[in-house]
Order: sequence, then structure tokens, then C-alpha cells
Amino acid sequence: MSALLDIRGLRLGIGSRKRITPILRGIDLAVAPGEVHGLVGESGAGKTMVGKVVLGIQPARAIVTGGSVAFAGRDITHLRERARRSLMATGIALIPQDPMTSLNPAFTVGAQIVDVIRLHLGLDRKAARERALALLADVHIRAPARVIVQYPHELSGGMRQRILIAIAFSCRPKLIIADEPTTALDVTVQRQVLRLIRDLQRDAGTAILFITHDLGVVAKLCETVTVLHAGRVLERGPVAEVIERPRHAYTQALMKATPRYDRPGETLTPVPPELTAALLAEAAAYDAGQAGAGNA
Amino acid sequence: MAEAAAARESGWRRALANRRVVAGAAVLLLMLAAAVLAPLLAPFDPLDQDLVNSFLPPAWAASGDPQHLFGTDNLGRDILARLIYGSRTALIVAIAAALGAGVLGTALGLLAGFYGRWVDSAVSRMVDVWMAFPAVLLSIVLVAVIGAGLHAVIIAIVVIDWTRFCRVVRAETLVQRRQDYVASAQTIGLSRWRTLIREILPNVVPLLIVLFTLEMGIAIIVEAILSFVGLSVSSDAPTWGGMIQAGRQYVNQAPWLMILPMLCVIAAVLALNALGDGLRKALDPLMRR
Repeated sequence: MSALLDIRGLRLGIGSRKRITPILRGIDLAVAPGEVHGLVGESGAGKTMVGKVVLGIQPARAIVTGGSVAFAGRDITHLRERARRSLMATGIALIPQDPMTSLNPAFTVGAQIVDVIRLHLGLDRKAARERALALLADVHIRAPARVIVQYPHELSGGMRQRILIAIAFSCRPKLIIADEPTTALDVTVQRQVLRLIRDLQRDAGTAILFITHDLGVVAKLCETVTVLHAGRVLERGPVAEVIERPRHAYTQALMKATPRYDRPGETLTPVPPELTAALLAEAAAYDAGQAGAGNA
Repeated sequence: MAEAAAARESGWRRALANRRVVAGAAVLLLMLAAAVLAPLLAPFDPLDQDLVNSFLPPAWAASGDPQHLFGTDNLGRDILARLIYGSRTALIVAIAAALGAGVLGTALGLLAGFYGRWVDSAVSRMVDVWMAFPAVLLSIVLVAVIGAGLHAVIIAIVVIDWTRFCRVVRAETLVQRRQDYVASAQTIGLSRWRTLIREILPNVVPLLIVLFTLEMGIAIIVEAILSFVGLSVSSDAPTWGGMIQAGRQYVNQAPWLMILPMLCVIAAVLALNALGDGLRKALDPLMRR
């Protein structure tokens, strides 16, 4: 089966022409249609940057120095703005990390949902409003007619995240990039939001690239997982395998640092600094190899 | 429904609860009424000369004439009528100049803040160069070149004061551009131009309202200065600055000729500044959280 999202050897650095700091060091990642794929890693591993490159919203100073990103068999690494725009929302959508700042404070929630629907599905105002109300009901908002005329600052974080989820699913995309969608939420709300995303995903058959640092979430939600560290893929495979029998020392260390409901009382140990140092040395060696190859 | 509507109005309600806003708005409305209804309100034609009754003191003074509430000037023209007609000039200049400077400055500020790179460098350098000129001098030179007249005054203020809007709008656009909602707008397929106009500009509007009222006050002062040096509308047309200038020659003999138009300028500018300050307090936290 051909992958929906196929990232091959993606390299990316931040900086000017003279000095580029590598962020992604040859990432390979594939997401099949309808699959929920976890992308795990600690802060600074580059997992959010992978999502941004797929969406084409990486910062201006971030330069793709090698590799390719293909979506539905089409290379989208260096897509022009106009072509990328037609791909957004209907092809790829985003559930952002911070629901507090990802909605425009100047407009009602309804206006923001209706805008997306009208832009991509070409519905008239009335039909778009009907659709928006249905979407709000889908994300379990109890009084859609009231919420639709409210401004973002009048709503709680959980409510806002539901609205962003509704926007992400609104144009039936094939792939959703979920960038730590629960990190900014209360623990009690996190579970509900995760379940919501999973239910919607199952109904619509959407593939999700789920970016998180939480292996517990990956275990519950994802089918396959990629472990990222310092911009390199350390391990990948079906979730059950990677979580039960992690092969890479880093994944094993990560598992020991994650609390598990099925093994209460287990002592947690942080990732040993020697391991981190060794991995960073490997990354530096990779950079040196790249630089050598570039000069040769 | 009701809750949402209430919350939406809370910004304006907060503005109305602010005493400075109410006082400023009241004075501004009074000025507006005087300007619009000038022909009805003015007791005399502001240009009618009556040399027999020149230098009449205000009505409350010992030798005052109750027909001329604020007295008459050196040519026997009714001062109240001239003040009322003067508010027309002042308001036309204030609104037109603030609008012009606002549109020009906001457009350039949005472009500079949003597109960055060379656009930002070009606009920012231009602002720096612009602000290096002394404003009053520049305006006098400009009006002298364009030729005296109301339109010249307005153009001069726009040309000089667009930088005020430009700097503030650029800074705010820089802040807004980095907000997540702008990235989100891009991920739903909005074009950059549409993101700027539809997503960012509405978030800059509260600032613009404040700047606009402050700029109106500045424009009134500049117009008074230019009238004072004889570079505004023709000298017999009633303007506050022109009245101050004419009254200056008789300040020992008839101080009210100068004091009354000065009070008008001061009241107008104070009111506009109070309004601007009050609106800033009321509108800022709503949009910025």
C-alpha cells in the first residue's frame, strides 16, 4: 500500500547561508491512509518542525537542505503558495498546540468556522452556518447555537480546542497534523479531547500524524510510532511492538521515564545523561558526515 | 445569546463607564454640533463688519452688549459667530487629516510589519528620515510650496504625521504576525494578503481608534499654528488660529479676542486626548487579554 504521507531523508536547518544549525537530520517517515501515527520525542527533537514542514508553515529562516515530502504521491517539499493553499484544509489540516492563541480574537467562533467552509467547499452563507452548527455538535459542544456567536475569549481552553478540532475536520482532510493538541489542557479535559479526536478519526477515516512527548498517549491512540531524538529517527514500528519490546536504548529509557497505569508502583528513572550525550555525539557525527559529503 | 451579546458590548460599556471618555466625547459632540449647525447657531454672520460696535467686551462685562455674548473684534465682527464657524474649519481639518494620515500610515505599517525583510527596512528608514525633520518647520515649508488653503493644511498634516500611525501599526503587526492564529489561518489555506487584511487588521483596529482621536487633537493644533502664521485659509475666513493671531495685536486693549479662541483650541485638544486615553484603557485589555 502506498503511503499517504511519505517523508524521505528530510534534512532541515535554521540560519543564514553561511552558518546553518541542523534541526532535522535525514528523517524518514510514512503515514498510511487512515492510520494514526505517533511522532514522539523530547523538547527540541524536531517533531513540531516535521509537522510545520508538511504544512509549509516553517519559519522563513528554516531551510530544507535535503530530502522530500510527498503527499498522496505528489512532492510537496517546495510547493508554491497558491498550490499549497488549495491543498490546505481539504488535503492536510492542523490541530494546533495552543488553543488559547490559535483562534483569531477579533471574530466569533462561528465566523471562523464558516470562513473555512465557504473558502473550500463553496457553500453559501446559510448552508455553511448549518454545517458549522453540525460540526460543533460533532465535537460535543452542547449549545452550538450559543457558542457560534461567542468570541474565543469567552470560551474555556477545552472548548476552544474542540472548535479547532471542528475546523480541522471541517473540510474532510485526508491527513491531520495534531501538534501536541492536549499539552495546553487540563488533565481531565485531555482525555475527553483525545477520545474525541479518535472517534472523529474513525468515523472519517482520516490519517493523523500525532505529535507528542507522551508515550502514554501514543499507546492509547496510535497504531504506529516514530521515535525522534535530535532530529534523527531512532526507532519506528507498530505501537505494540515498540512499547512492549523497545529495541533502541533511548526508547527503553523513555519507557522507564513514563508512568504506566498497568504497572503501578514502578520507579521512574529519567533518561541517563550519558545516553543523551552519546546520542548528541552521533548527531554531531552525522552533521560532520553531511558536511564532508557536501564538500566532496 | 443574551450572554454573548452582553460580552460583546462590554468593551464599549467599559469605555462609557470611563469619565475621561464621557467628558471627551461630550466636548467632541458639542464641537460637532456647532460645526454642523453653524448657520443656525451663530447669532450673526461671522464676516459682517460693524465698525461702530468694534471691541465690544463680552456680555457679562460692565459695558457689554447682550446681543454679542462674547463681544466683537477690531472690525466689529461677532466673536461667538466666528468661534462657531471656526470649529467647522478645525473639525474638517482634524477629521480629514487624521483619516489621511491614518490610511497612509496604517497601509505602510501593515506592509512593513507583515512582509518584513526589505519592505520593512525601506518603510522604517523612510520613517526615520521623516521624523528627523522638525514637524512645524516642515509643515510651513510644505504649505508654502503647495500654496495656502484648507487642502494644503490637510495635505501637510497627512504628509508629516503618517509616521505616527506607521510606527505603531508596524509594531503591532509584528506582534500579531507571530500569533498562532496567523499560522492557523495559513493552514486553512488563506492567502497571505487575505491573512493580513482579514485576520491581522481587525486586531489592530482598537489601536487605530485611539491613535485617530489623538491625531485629531494634533491636527487642530497644527491648523491653529498654520493659521497663526497666515498659511491656512484666507485671513478673513474664521479660524481659531487666525483669531488668535489677529487678537494678538490688541491683547492689552481687548484680551478676550485672543483668550476665547485659545480656550476653544485647548478644550478641543484636551477633550480629544482624554477621549483617546480613555478609549485606550477601555479597548486594550478586551482585544489583548
